[in-house]
Amino acid sequence: MALVTGASKGIGAAIAQALAADGWLVGVNYRSDEAGAKRTVDAIEEAGGRALAVQYDVTDGAPDELFERLESELGPVLALVNNAGVRADGLAVQLDDDDWSTVIDTNLTAAFRLTRRAVRPMLRARFGRVVNLASIVGPRANAGQANYAAAKAGLIGMTKTVAAEVARRGVTVNAVAPGFIETEMTADLPDEITDRIPARRIGKPEEVAAAVRFLASDDAGYVTGTTLFVDGGMSA
Amino acid sequence: MPTAVTPEAVEKTVKDALVQFGPEADQITRDATFEDLDIDSLDLAELSQIIEDEYGVQLKGDDVAKIKTVGDAVDLVVSRAA
Repeated sequence: MALVTGASKGIGAAIAQALAADGWLVGVNYRSDEAGAKRTVDAIEEAGGRALAVQYDVTDGAPDELFERLESELGPVLALVNNAGVRADGLAVQLDDDDWSTVIDTNLTAAFRLTRRAVRPMLRARFGRVVNLASIVGPRANAGQANYAAAKAGLIGMTKTVAAEVARRGVTVNAVAPGFIETEMTADLPDEITDRIPARRIGKPEEVAAAVRFLASDDAGYVTGTTLFVDGGMSA
Repeated sequence: MPTAVTPEAVEKTVKDALVQFGPEADQITRDATFEDLDIDSLDLAELSQIIEDEYGVQLKGDDVAKIKTVGDAVDLVVSRAA
C-alpha cells in the first residue's frame, strides 16, 4: 500500500487519487479534517480505486503504532509520500520560536521520522518508494518564508542522503518540488505572481500528482536522490 | 515474534541473514569480521531488523557501531535477551 500524508485536500488529495489510479491501495492520512479525507477516499472509490482514511498527526512522535496497524491490517507500506506541510509566514526578524519550530517539525522532522520507519520493511522487501514534497522555496528565496525554506531545503538534503543509503536495496527516495500550485495554501497570493512564472499560470494539484505517480511507479526504479521541479519553469 | 534465544539459534539466524548479503556460508565464522565479509552499515541495519523481528531484541546505532565480528553480534543479542 501507499501512505500519503496530508491527503485530505489540495496536492495530497490529488496525489492519493493518482496513486490509486495506478493500482495502489492508498492510506489517505489526515490530522483533523476527517470530512476532507472521506471526500478523497470517496473520489478514489468512485473511480474504481481502493483507499482508506488514516487519522494520524505527523508531529506525534514515533509512528510505530501507525505502521504496525497498517502492516497487520493491510500489508506492508511500500510507498510513502511525505506531503503534509504547514506555513507560518513572517520576516525572519519577526518569526517567533513557535513559528519556526512548528514548520520545521511538521515539514521536515515528521518526514524524517516517517521515512525512518517506512524504509525498514522496504529494505527487507527489496522494494520501496519514498517521495518527499519539497518546494521551489528552499532552493530559491521567498521573503517571509525562512522557516518554510529551511524545512524544504532540508527535505531535499535528507532525500539525497537517504536515497544514497538505501539505493542498492531497490528503494528509491526522491523529492518533488512544486512551484505555485492552485490550493488553499496559495489562495491569498496576488494575481501578479504569474508574471514571475515562465508558463504564465499557476499549476494544478494534478500536475504535481502526476510527478509523484511517476516516481512511485516501477518505471522510476533507476531514479533516486533527485528533485523533480513542477513549477512552470520558475527554477530554470 | 520472539523465539528461544540460545547462542546456537542466534548464530544460525545471524549466519542465515549474512548469507543473503553476499558472503559464502563457510566464510561466516564467529571470528570473521564484518569488514572481511564485506558487510557494511546497511547490511548491519537490516540484520538488526531481522534480529528484532525474531527475538524482540533492539540493536541501536551505538550497538551496531561496536560489534566487529559475527561472534560480537551473537554475544550481544544473547546478552540483551537474557
